[in-house]
Amino acid sequence: MLKRFIYSREGILSLIVLAMFFSVGAISPDFISLTNSIGIFNDTAILIMLALGQMLVILTRCIDLSVAANVAFTGMLVAMVNQAFPDISMAFLILLSLLVGAFLGAINGLFVWLLKVPSIVITLGTMSIYRGATFLLSDGAWVNSHQMSKSFIGLPRFEILSIPVLGWTAIFLIVLAFWTMKFSVWGRNFYAAGGNPMAAFYSGVNVGKVQFYGFLVSGTLAGLCGYFWVSRFAVAYVDVANGFELQVIAACVIGGVSIIGGLGSVIGCVIGALFIGVVNNALPIIGVSPFWQMAISGTVIIIAVIANASSNKDKARIILRKPDQASRFLSTQSH
Amino acid sequence: MDTIIKKSTTPDALSTSRLQGFLRWETFLILIVFLVCVMNSYLSPYFLDPWNLSDATFNFTEKALIALPMAMLIIAKEIDISVAAIISLSSTLMGLVAQMGAPVYGVVFVGVLVGSACGLFNGVLVTRFKIPSIVVTIGTMSLFRGISYILLGDQVVRDYPDGFEFFGQGYVYWVFSFELVLFVLFALLFYWLLHRTTFGRYTYAIGNNPTASYYSGIKVDKHRLTLFTLVGVMSGIAAVLLTSRLGSTRPSIAMGWELSIITMVVLGGVSILGGSGTIGGVVLAVILMGLVTFGMGLLNIPGIVMTIIVGVMLIVVVSLPVLITLYKNSLKHSK
Repeated sequence: MLKRFIYSREGILSLIVLAMFFSVGAISPDFISLTNSIGIFNDTAILIMLALGQMLVILTRCIDLSVAANVAFTGMLVAMVNQAFPDISMAFLILLSLLVGAFLGAINGLFVWLLKVPSIVITLGTMSIYRGATFLLSDGAWVNSHQMSKSFIGLPRFEILSIPVLGWTAIFLIVLAFWTMKFSVWGRNFYAAGGNPMAAFYSGVNVGKVQFYGFLVSGTLAGLCGYFWVSRFAVAYVDVANGFELQVIAACVIGGVSIIGGLGSVIGCVIGALFIGVVNNALPIIGVSPFWQMAISGTVIIIAVIANASSNKDKARIILRKPDQASRFLSTQSH
Repeated sequence: MDTIIKKSTTPDALSTSRLQGFLRWETFLILIVFLVCVMNSYLSPYFLDPWNLSDATFNFTEKALIALPMAMLIIAKEIDISVAAIISLSSTLMGLVAQMGAPVYGVVFVGVLVGSACGLFNGVLVTRFKIPSIVVTIGTMSLFRGISYILLGDQVVRDYPDGFEFFGQGYVYWVFSFELVLFVLFALLFYWLLHRTTFGRYTYAIGNNPTASYYSGIKVDKHRLTLFTLVGVMSGIAAVLLTSRLGSTRPSIAMGWELSIITMVVLGGVSILGGSGTIGGVVLAVILMGLVTFGMGLLNIPGIVMTIIVGVMLIVVVSLPVLITLYKNSLKHSK
């Protein structure tokens, strides 16, 4: 079991992340302290959650470019509601962010499911629309920290066992996603619908509906992250998370989620996001200008997809196997 | 409307009869362009001024130059979302050689050369490693712009040689700017290339069925490589024009342009799934977007509201044909 993990992509990737982590630690021991490690995880929590949603979408051969705009819109909305009604309960605000995010995600999903329009076109469109709607909503104004209530800002920072609520939320979602994608029919359907839509259709999986669920989950998580983003940085404005969708997709691609669909795992996705998180946090410590960050993540994406290209050849071989072997092959792919 | 749908799904724009040739997506676009013109001149007395109209062309000529090869690339079932990053890298290197005292033609040469090299790099990654172009160009998008950030950081380059400003600001004759004339020439060139040469026919063939094209002896990979390089060359030329027009370079130059360029192409009737579309449609879509932006500018509507409208246009354009087909089918069933 352990041996198999080490030789898998996830294993190699986590070894790379650990090697990076400890070599930075060799330069500056504070970097690998428990407090800082929790800090890095907490910094990456939003990226991890969004990447989990994006993974579901990519698994079904779609792509969601509107996540960052969804984060901006939902974040602005809850911040403005909080500004107008400072005494409103946090449970209501979080529920609101989930519902609004889900609604925006469902719009993408419905177009893809019912009209069979390519997701890249729809989400390219909704990306501009949601971002523009954020401007219309706020009229270009900012919501600053002094206009937010204490509990609004305090919730993601509240520490339980020295891990903030934001970090716990990510941990909870990782565990939930891991279980769902491995053991529930609902989760396995994503692999089926993306791996071979035709076969999935003949085995009674409604491919369009599964794609819709992907967008719904991606949108819901984006809504939740909208609240977390705005309260964590204690400011809401139109350009929140501008261009972040590419980092989310990058996390998935680095983590081995195949853009052709049907391939990818929760663990890979999380490690892909952590890779970006560790690089972002390590650069200032080893004295590299933060301007290097973009080129580094670009290079890593390219190397990761070249590495993935060989595994896509494996996928083509599924056709040549006997049906029972193929199904076994498919189920081992996610380990 | 029926013929419009049929036309947009046929492999290319071979018109069988004059009437059918008339009832096409392009005709629909001409009507909208005409309508927008009438509306704009009704709403604002400044619209029909030749100098105002000429000023309006500066808003879109640079993007339009890239939309032309992008249309061919999308027809061939590929996509390049790194174009804006190519502009950034190309502009940055132009700035650096200008700072070293390069003459005007040297700066222009570097700009086009860098663009071509970036396009070639994309093409090599796609064809050599068989990676989907969307992932490759998400990676190179970060890489190219990342290199600009490494080279320039938060600096701005303004030391361009005298005479360099002609490309982006000069006029060839009366109200006809150099940019506009260049766009018209390139539009004719690409029309000829796509609709009058075997190269163009091969592009449609590859977009409709890459495998069949390969077995019929078309050098598919070489063709794709050429198209990617072509997009790079045109991005380099657009970088020269934009840099010359702004007279300065920042790493964040042309941020988000890839989306408006792809929107222009899709709005022009090019199927995002490949295999169909015309240069004429793209040129009309370019004019339409330019006129709408300009008209809304005259009415003092903020730019971000414009992005909403572009987003809505994009979604309506791709879903309308599907909706009409669904409606027709439901009518047939009810009979």
